[in-house]
Amino acid sequence: MQLIRCPWCGPREEVEFHYGGQAHVAYPDDPAALTDEQWARYVFFRDNPKGAFAERWSHSAGCRRWFNAVRDTRTYRFLAVYKPGEARPEVAS
Amino acid sequence: MADTLHRSPVLRHREDAFARLPEGLEIVAEPDVALADLRVPEGAVASATGVVGVALPLEPNTWVARPGGQVVWLGPDEWLVSDADERPEALEAALRAAVAPHDGAAVDVSAQRTAVRLRGRHARALLATGCALDLHPSVFGAGRSAQTTLGLVGVVLLALDDRGEDYRILVRPSFAGYLADWLLDAAVEFEPPGPAAAL
Ligand SMILES: [Zn+2]
Repeated sequence: MQLIRCPWCGPREEVEFHYGGQAHVAYPDDPAALTDEQWARYVFFRDNPKGAFAERWSHSAGCRRWFNAVRDTRTYRFLAVYKPGEARPEVAS
Repeated sequence: MADTLHRSPVLRHREDAFARLPEGLEIVAEPDVALADLRVPEGAVASATGVVGVALPLEPNTWVARPGGQVVWLGPDEWLVSDADERPEALEAALRAAVAPHDGAAVDVSAQRTAVRLRGRHARALLATGCALDLHPSVFGAGRSAQTTLGLVGVVLLALDDRGEDYRILVRPSFAGYLADWLLDAAVEFEPPGPAAAL
């Protein structure tokens, strides 16, 4: 089974984790000012790159903390994990 | 208080089976104790030291002894504090009074988990049949802990010695029966060769 490294607990089996979608999607500064289309883009539209993708993950069966990871969508290989609030690290995919 | 402590009925119900475990394995349903979930922001962890009696462990996946119990690291700002001598509401109130001024919180979670003690020279091998962590004492010796899965159930696993022969397993009471049955089933392979004894 694939191991995913929790930034706190270290490597754990992937079944201990839950996926949380694309990372670094900022909440709109003034949601009420958005048009319906802009709001729909915020709520529903996500990137779907082939290659390195920054994602949110939760160590749900362990420390229950959210963190971010850069994963290669072609190989499922985790290129980096980092704590919330930290900038996306530069990684070569 | 000791006179209010009781043991999980689903575990007590299986004590005859525990008594028939093969040599080198021992399972004991431990008395329930007061448990509090403690949240303290990173900059204020020292505010809990007075009530807890020891500094909160900051290293992930560790536990430390405290007067009357243990403090288990559950997250970067979260700990599980146990106390066998204190009433749950008193433990909660004392912790809350210490950390609330620092945006911390304490909640009585005594009913959330019950404890199973697993001992014996086969204890580590038994756990390894249902837990993916490296449990070798060189990396999971006394003072180490882990929130992980054992069999299909989420547990908090505490290593109590450096020989891989003494563990405390904290499990949700509603899963305690499943966990006990799983442990009993996993123990079968440690029966001595020869006609199998009925468990
Ligand atoms: Zn974790």
